[in-house]
Amino acid sequence: MPGITREEVAHLARLARLELKDEELDHFAGQLDDIIGAVAAVSEVADEDVPPTSHPLPLTNVMRPDEVRPSLTADQALSGAPAQEQQRFKVPQILGEE
Amino acid sequence: MADLTRLTAAETAARIAAGDVTAVEVAEAHLARIEAVDEKVHAFLHVDREGALAAARRVDEKRERGEKLGPLAGVPLALKDIFTTEGVPTTVGSKILEGWIPPYDATVTRRLKEADVVILGKTNMDEFAMGSSTENSAYGPTGNPWDLTRIPGGSGGGSSAALASFQAPLAIGTDTGGSIRQPAAVTATVGVKPTYGGVSRYGMVAFSSSLDQGGPCARTVLDAALLHEAIAGHDAMDSTSIDAAVPQVVAAAREGREGGVGGMRVGVVKEFAGEGYQAGVMQRFEESVELLRELGAEIVEISCPSFTKALAAYYLIAPSECSSNLARFDAMRYGLRVGDDGTRSAEDVTALTREAGFGDEVKRRVMLGTYALSSGYYDAYYGSAQKVRTLITRDFERAFESVDVLVSPTTPTTAFPIGERADDPMAMYLADLCTIPSNLAGNAAMSLPCGLAPEDGLPVGLQIIAPAMADDRLYRVGAAVEAAFQARWGHPLLEEAPSL
Repeated sequence: MPGITREEVAHLARLARLELKDEELDHFAGQLDDIIGAVAAVSEVADEDVPPTSHPLPLTNVMRPDEVRPSLTADQALSGAPAQEQQRFKVPQILGEE
Repeated sequence: MADLTRLTAAETAARIAAGDVTAVEVAEAHLARIEAVDEKVHAFLHVDREGALAAARRVDEKRERGEKLGPLAGVPLALKDIFTTEGVPTTVGSKILEGWIPPYDATVTRRLKEADVVILGKTNMDEFAMGSSTENSAYGPTGNPWDLTRIPGGSGGGSSAALASFQAPLAIGTDTGGSIRQPAAVTATVGVKPTYGGVSRYGMVAFSSSLDQGGPCARTVLDAALLHEAIAGHDAMDSTSIDAAVPQVVAAAREGREGGVGGMRVGVVKEFAGEGYQAGVMQRFEESVELLRELGAEIVEISCPSFTKALAAYYLIAPSECSSNLARFDAMRYGLRVGDDGTRSAEDVTALTREAGFGDEVKRRVMLGTYALSSGYYDAYYGSAQKVRTLITRDFERAFESVDVLVSPTTPTTAFPIGERADDPMAMYLADLCTIPSNLAGNAAMSLPCGLAPEDGLPVGLQIIAPAMADDRLYRVGAAVEAAFQARWGHPLLEEAPSL
C-alpha cells in the first residue's frame, strides 16, 4: 500500500479540522507513514469470507420507555458555552456574507 | 493508631462501620498524604477537599443515626478525570476542556456517591485516554511511585500512582486497549477491565466507543471486587449496557482466597512471548503459571494465531472511532474557543481551536482515523481491521471451549523511563500488545502483581482473561494467586516500594 506524503497529511488535517503548522506537517508525515506501514498488516489475514465485527455486543435498536423525566435546564446546558446570547449558544458566522 | 492510608478498602469500611475510626478521619488522613507526596507523584489533577470531607461527614452522620452502611461507605477513591463530576472540573487530560465544569454526574460517579464512597479528586491521564504512559497529559506526566523517573502506565497512570503511593485505597480507570491493566501491572496494583457493557459509559468521555470500558482499580483483589459491584450493572442511559445480573465477583474473590482454583483449566497463550518480552517479565510469568499448577489448576498451552494482528487492528479501529467521537469538540457548545475575532468563520474557529487544544497523540490518532475511514482506503484498512476483530473473537471462543481462563504477562516490559518512547508512537503502542485482544473481543480481564523483575526490581503484572460475563472467574483465580504469592513473600508486594 502507498506511503503517506506531506500533502496527504495536509489534506487529512483539513478534513479533521486541524489547523496544523508547517513544522507539524513534516513531523506527522513521518510518524503516520510508520504507523500506517505497520497497521497495513491487517490486510494479510482479512479474507473475503470473514464477516466484519463492528461491536462486541450483538445489539440493535435498544429502546427505553418514552417517559418524561428531568433534564438539564437551559442555564445548565449553557454553563460551559464559550459564548451565549438570549439562552442560546452564540457561534461565529457559519455562512458567507452574500 | 495505625496509618489509615495503609489499610485496604475492606478494612477501612469495617473500621468505620465498627466506629473505630470516623470517615472524616480517614478522609483527612488521605488528604494529608496527598498534600505530603503528590507534589512529587502528580497523580491528581484536581483535589476536591471540601467535597470529600462533606461526603465523609454524611457517612459519619448516617452511622450516628444508626443507618446501615454499605460495604464501601467512607472509603476514599481517586476518580480518573474522564468521568463527569457535577460541579467539579473534568479535563480528560486535555487543554480543550480546561476549566470545564460538567453540569451532570456520570453514572459511575453517581453510583460511587450512592455507595457513600468518598471521592478525593480527579486523576491524571493521557489526553482523551490515548497513551500508555500518562506522558500525553496536557498537564504534565505522573511519576511511578516505584521510581519517579519512570512512567506509571497509561492512560490511567494517575489512578495507578495514587494507589501505589497510598494516596487512595481505591481508584477508577477506563480501559480501551489496556489503560486499566497496564498501569496496574507497572505499579504492583490490581486493575480489572470488566466485560464490555458491564459498567455504564454514560458520562465517561468517549474515545473509542466499541472498546472503552470503565472498571475498578485497587491494591487487593477483594477491594477491586467490592468496587466492581458498586459501579457495575445495567444503565438505561447507555444503550450498550448489558441488561443482565452482575457476575458475583465479591463472592468469587472470597472463595478464591480460600484456594478455589482446584480443577480449573488455565490456558497459556503461546503468542504472548518471544521477541520484545523482557526476560524478568517472562521469568515471573512462568513462576505464576507454576504456582497455579501447584494450587491445583490444570495448565494447557493455547494458540491464538490472530492475536499477532491485534495491535494492527486496534490502531485502525480505535483511531477511526476517535476521529468521529472527537468531532464533538468543535468550540461551539463547551470547552476552549480560539480565534473568534468576529471575522473568522465557525469552521476556521473550530480548526484553530482543535489545533490549540489537542496534543500531538490526539492529532495523530484523529488523522489516522480520518485516513482509515476515507473513501478508497476504507476497505483496506478499517474494513480489514474489523475482519481481524472477528478472527480474534473466534480465537477466544475456541480457547474458552477448552479452558476456563487464559493467562499471560500483562505487559511485555516493566515501567520504562519517562521520555524514552515519547516521540516514537509505534514503540509506545507495543506496551498494549497483550491487553488489546480482550478489548477487541469485549471479554473480561484483570492484572495483578506477580513479583519484581530481577534485572530492574520493578513490578510485573499477571494478566487473567475470562469469557464475557464470566468476570467472577478473574476474581476467583486472582484472589487465589494473590493469597499464595503473599504467603510466599510474607507481605503485599507494594510494601517493597520505596517510601516517598
